[in-house]
Amino acid sequence: MSTHAPIGGKLLTKPFLILSLLFMLALAILLARFIFGLGAVTNINDGYPWGIWIVIDVMIGTALGCAGYAVALLVYLFNRGEYHPLMRSALMAGLFGYTLAGIAVIFDLGRYWQFYTLLLPWYVQLNSVMLEVAWCVMAYVVVLWIEFTPAFLERFGLENLRGKLSKVLFFFIALGILLPTMHQSSLGTMAVVAGHQISPLWQTQLLPPLFLISALLMGYAIVPFESILASMGLRQPLETHLLAKISGVALLVTLLYLALRFGDLLWRGALDLAFAGDTDAVMFWIENLLFILPVLLLAQRRWRIRPRLVFISAISLLLAGSIYRLNVYIIGYHPTAGGNWFYFPSVPEIMVTVGIFSFEVILYLLFVKNLPVLHRA
Amino acid sequence: MATHITESDINLDGFVGSLGGVSRREFLKFCAGIAATMGLPAGMAWRIAEAASNPMRPPVIWLSAQECTGCTESLLRSTHPTLEQLILDAISLDYHETLCAGAGHQAEAYRQQSMQENRGKYVLVVDGSIPVKDGGIYCKVADRPIIDHLREAADGAAAIIAIGSCASWGGIPSSGPNPTGATGVAEILKDKTVVNIPGCPPNPYNFLTTVLHFLAFSTLPALDDKNRPKFAYNRLIHENCERRPHFDAGRFAITFGDEGHRKGWCLYKLGCKGPETYANCPAILFGDVGAGAWPVGTGHPCFGCTEQGVGFTKPIHALSELKTVTPPNTYPGISENIGQGVTPASAALVAGIAGAAVGAGAVAVSRLGRGDDSGSDDDEPKS
Repeated sequence: MSTHAPIGGKLLTKPFLILSLLFMLALAILLARFIFGLGAVTNINDGYPWGIWIVIDVMIGTALGCAGYAVALLVYLFNRGEYHPLMRSALMAGLFGYTLAGIAVIFDLGRYWQFYTLLLPWYVQLNSVMLEVAWCVMAYVVVLWIEFTPAFLERFGLENLRGKLSKVLFFFIALGILLPTMHQSSLGTMAVVAGHQISPLWQTQLLPPLFLISALLMGYAIVPFESILASMGLRQPLETHLLAKISGVALLVTLLYLALRFGDLLWRGALDLAFAGDTDAVMFWIENLLFILPVLLLAQRRWRIRPRLVFISAISLLLAGSIYRLNVYIIGYHPTAGGNWFYFPSVPEIMVTVGIFSFEVILYLLFVKNLPVLHRA
Repeated sequence: MATHITESDINLDGFVGSLGGVSRREFLKFCAGIAATMGLPAGMAWRIAEAASNPMRPPVIWLSAQECTGCTESLLRSTHPTLEQLILDAISLDYHETLCAGAGHQAEAYRQQSMQENRGKYVLVVDGSIPVKDGGIYCKVADRPIIDHLREAADGAAAIIAIGSCASWGGIPSSGPNPTGATGVAEILKDKTVVNIPGCPPNPYNFLTTVLHFLAFSTLPALDDKNRPKFAYNRLIHENCERRPHFDAGRFAITFGDEGHRKGWCLYKLGCKGPETYANCPAILFGDVGAGAWPVGTGHPCFGCTEQGVGFTKPIHALSELKTVTPPNTYPGISENIGQGVTPASAALVAGIAGAAVGAGAVAVSRLGRGDDSGSDDDEPKS
């Protein structure tokens, strides 16, 4: 059933070189970070200990990496085999998202050299959300690489090994569904811990399910987003009927999300804050209109086969989920203790994030050109 | 304050002269001070005064082994009252190599006589460690190893007090290669209770208080697991140190003579052993000259002289083992940077990235639009 194939082609294209330059710039900044410390490079402070390196590189990065999780949920849990052609490229998006997020965490750790203590059972504090996230993400990165191993084995002709692996792969696939369910919701739990410091527009006991569902949505959005870009940039076939179907799934999940989100706001009586006219309110509407837009664009079945609408919806959902995370952790977060705190990322800080995402695209190009990832119809 | 013993019960007029000119008022102040050191109620001062002025002065035999006479020197500098006033009048110091008037055979004979006459009644005090190697030949008095003298004297003693770190656990002679096999008194007299007053030298008031407790109540004060009197050794130096607020605030002297050292900051990072040494030095100080008169007060880290395994064992510069909180390397400042807002460069960068993304998106969407026009459900690769 291996209908996946490497697309080949020249690797050292102009975009590839520009991305490499951005990535090397990020490496240089990171060198400064490891020599002179976080304060020398970033604008994070005691009031805002989490800047964009956590919120964008890790929170948004792993949510974008939920493609593998979201499609696996469809294919394996709901037994919808027709989505299987999308599985491998979705898995690869997860692979990069999670691996880089796991590495990016280390950049943000003040005492990164003590990272290994996370793995020493005698230091474990089982009530810690942070521990759960750390363990889950680390485990999931390993699981993703194992799940993706067949692509390597096919590429290098190790069919024998691949056969053996496929006998036990179901176990890792199950783990690959369990682990993101756990930690994507826990990423929301961490904001619950921040309590009243987060605006009531975002602070709710429902943060864990909202984070989980929005991560799923971003996973479903990244599949058409990536496919359409690949079809344009790399001249790949566009599987419009599959994208239409997955857009339908995304529509349903978005409706569920919006029902939960606004139901919760009404239930808590916090919706009037959305009309306060301040930055929080503006960001709230940007975030939620971006969630609502795809509902309008994808409402009819015939609209879902139009790549343009699917693409706009996908971008809209990706932005919505990203801004939701930014709002929860930075914009709606108002630390009160010890003064009026400010945070806006510094130029080097932004360039590191840009570099990490550039590296993700570099890896994508490297993998799709050399490994059997993309589906051949 | 109501007590069982009142001033009229004690013939205070009788001992004023006998205390070598100490006034009654001064003497009672001293006894009240001793009671306070032990944490006893004020009325107990009368019982201590009674014991200290008892005409039947208890005999004390003081043996000196491998020692430097520092403990005796320290005792000589106690001032309320002076030690000589106490030992000549409150107790009967029948034998002390440094202080006794007689010498040679005369002194030895008097010691033997006193030990026989007062068998079961005298107090034995030992300073210095006991050499046990090669039959104890490294410290001899009157041609006999000190260990023999010790065993003999301990036999008829009512109480045994080991003064100084050497007598308590071996002290400086027992460190390093220990060529003489220097040993503490308690190690040798395993079947007897030996009160240890460690320190190099120990605070004289810890010794005087222990002796007077024994004289007043005929019992020893409460002892800890190392047989040290709890009234003096149940708290870490760290707990009562006047520099403790600097420790808690993270202000440390890093080298001798640096700014922190000159300002009187915590000496922990210079190797102060206060956090692992039990003694009352910061509470009662030394030399009766007022505040700051103790090692840490003068700017030198405590070296743990009262603590076996610390003093004379650990290097002076070595960090002590903390029993409670370990300080981090850095502390947050009092006034933290409240953060950097938007700068023109960062705003321009964010705007640039957003613009590039919007532009790319728009281009993609417009190209897709053309695809839509030419047939959207086309599965064939575009060319």
